[in-house]
Amino acid sequence: MSALASPLLVVVLLINLFLLGTSRVRAAITGAAAQGVLLGVLALVIDDALSGSHIAVAAGAIVLKGIAFPALLARAIRDLAVRREIEPLIGLVPSLLLGAIGTAASLLFASSLPLAPAHEGSLVVPGALATVFTGFMLLTTRRKAITQVVGYLVLENGLFIMGLGLLEAMPFLVEVGILLDLFVGIFVMGIIINHMRREFGSIDTERLTSLRE
Amino acid sequence: MVLAALILVPLGLALVALLWPVARQRPWLLPLGGVAHLVLSIVAVAGRPEQLTPWLGLDPIARLLLVAVSVLFLATSLYTPGYLALKPGRDQRVFTACLLALLGMISAILAAQHLGLMWVALEACTLTTAPLLYFHRNARSLEALWKYLLVGSVGIAIAFLGTLFLAYSALHAGLKPSLVLSDLVGDAPRLSRPWLHSGFVLLFIGYGTKMGLAPMHTWKPDAYGEASGLVGTLLAGGVSSAAFLAILRFHKILVAAGDGAFGRQIMLVAGLLSIAVAAAFMARLRDFKRLLAYSSVEHMGILVLGVGIGGGATLGAMLHLVNNALVKGVLFLAAGNIHRVYGSKRAAAPEGLTPTPHEGERGEAADEADRPPPSATSPALASSVPVSGLLRRLPWSGALLLLGFLAVTGSPPFGTFVSELTIVRGAFATGHGAAGVAFLGLLFVVFVGMGSTVLAMAQGPAPSTVPAERRDTLLTIAPVVALLACVLGLGLYLPAGLQTAFAEAAAWLEGP
Repeated sequence: MSALASPLLVVVLLINLFLLGTSRVRAAITGAAAQGVLLGVLALVIDDALSGSHIAVAAGAIVLKGIAFPALLARAIRDLAVRREIEPLIGLVPSLLLGAIGTAASLLFASSLPLAPAHEGSLVVPGALATVFTGFMLLTTRRKAITQVVGYLVLENGLFIMGLGLLEAMPFLVEVGILLDLFVGIFVMGIIINHMRREFGSIDTERLTSLRE
Repeated sequence: MVLAALILVPLGLALVALLWPVARQRPWLLPLGGVAHLVLSIVAVAGRPEQLTPWLGLDPIARLLLVAVSVLFLATSLYTPGYLALKPGRDQRVFTACLLALLGMISAILAAQHLGLMWVALEACTLTTAPLLYFHRNARSLEALWKYLLVGSVGIAIAFLGTLFLAYSALHAGLKPSLVLSDLVGDAPRLSRPWLHSGFVLLFIGYGTKMGLAPMHTWKPDAYGEASGLVGTLLAGGVSSAAFLAILRFHKILVAAGDGAFGRQIMLVAGLLSIAVAAAFMARLRDFKRLLAYSSVEHMGILVLGVGIGGGATLGAMLHLVNNALVKGVLFLAAGNIHRVYGSKRAAAPEGLTPTPHEGERGEAADEADRPPPSATSPALASSVPVSGLLRRLPWSGALLLLGFLAVTGSPPFGTFVSELTIVRGAFATGHGAAGVAFLGLLFVVFVGMGSTVLAMAQGPAPSTVPAERRDTLLTIAPVVALLACVLGLGLYLPAGLQTAFAEAAAWLEGP
């Protein structure tokens, strides 16, 4: 575990809070992109020995999470002329507060889990949990389909951090699985958003209410 | 070899379907795939093949499920050409290919002994079903698809986190982390408990979302309600059952670690909760496709409850796994026929009960208003008459729905009666009397709730507005009859070979 990993994870956690607090869709996308790039760098410094799979995962994360998906989402809001403000179901300040509580809870919960010697005192596990929590919050409390996809992206970032803790030990297949599924998932969601715009003239998921009891 | 073929043959046929030029012949690739898959399944189950790679293999539960899913797919595939003939102008190429790819992916989940591979296959399942759900290309199916994909993807993501936790439990114990099931079962006693436990909770939530357990079931009524009957069949009978198997594999690790009680406790509560939620929503629900979705939530709850009770009830859960998969085919396919003929998925109000304005009427009226012009392209939906007089207007589909209702609610002499009875007996034998009583009570509530809707559909005069040329055909009836016969057969007589297979499955799950 390199000395750089913990500061990087702290920045990731700060971006989580930024994502919960921002009121602009574009800022949220940029934040998620920055997080993706940081995760790529994190993959390079997380273990003392640098192997081929570290480099592959880092490159994959930077290209896909840092550049490709954010560019796709940014293009979608430009093409669809989405209103630039995020419309949260709960206010930004309460969601920031909840995010802070979630981060604290992740730290607490992670400290109750015994860590492998390599991860003693590191932020990998709490960072992963807090990021997953942030993604979940963005998914459930934001109205626009695009912001929900950003939430999904952040949630996957959390999984990625947890995966990094196991990168040395885990089969390559699963790492490829992360990127592959992420790619296909976002891709399919992008297509649906496009259909949604044509069908509803909006990508506000509040319109999706005709199916209920 | 056989196991690889079970995955690759359907995938190859999916590719052929994408390339096949003649639209009229294309749907017949489905029965071809179904027959090939069934033959391969029987070879795989009977032959006990050598394990070529530790990544692929069939555990006893997968054996049972493989044959059940194969039979279910074959029946569905025979039904499909007749169905697609009635839907010209839709994208049948992608639909056919995705159905075949889905079969391949379900086989991959069943045959995967590597838990990472299993996860990838389940994720792929979610993605291949997306075009299937959006077949009708209207606003309602888009809404259903969005919820399905979003909730499903989050579930899958949580399951992945759980898988990582499980791997970490091995890492912490200083073992070489492996996600091969047999390795994990062998090392189970040495795995780090806190990681194993929190991993199991995450996995249960994640794969439970794909199963459709309450309270993660919210996507299910929408997705099943908007999907065509045959897609609903494969989702409710195939994908949900495979997700249950995924949970069971992790439960097996818990049992091997000596912590089976931890998993059983969670499953007992989650099972009863799912059945209770389903029972509450099913009462007086007029939309019969959503009704079937809640019935699926209920039965997923029963499966989990059976394993949660443990002992003899585990055997009941294994029986129920197969019975439920087959009976789902009867219900969804029959409901699909009815939906197509009547152009409505709303049941008539039961006698002596005027529909309250907050239900049915208003909902459907609002739908009509919401529905943008595309609905004009689906004439079946344009005229919506409440469904009644099924036994007069559609005697075959009506009778099948009625018998399917009796089967799904566990009435004798169907196989579901035997399996539910086994679970109840297991509950009382293992000292879970309260759970057993609650289970019986909830089953009764479901029976009454579902019965009032189904009977209102079956009886009464048939509406005169339904076009006379829409009727049952051989291909939309015969496969359903065959499935019903299977469920009936399993209830009347269980051959010795099958009895051993079920007992082996239960023993595998409970044993060391």
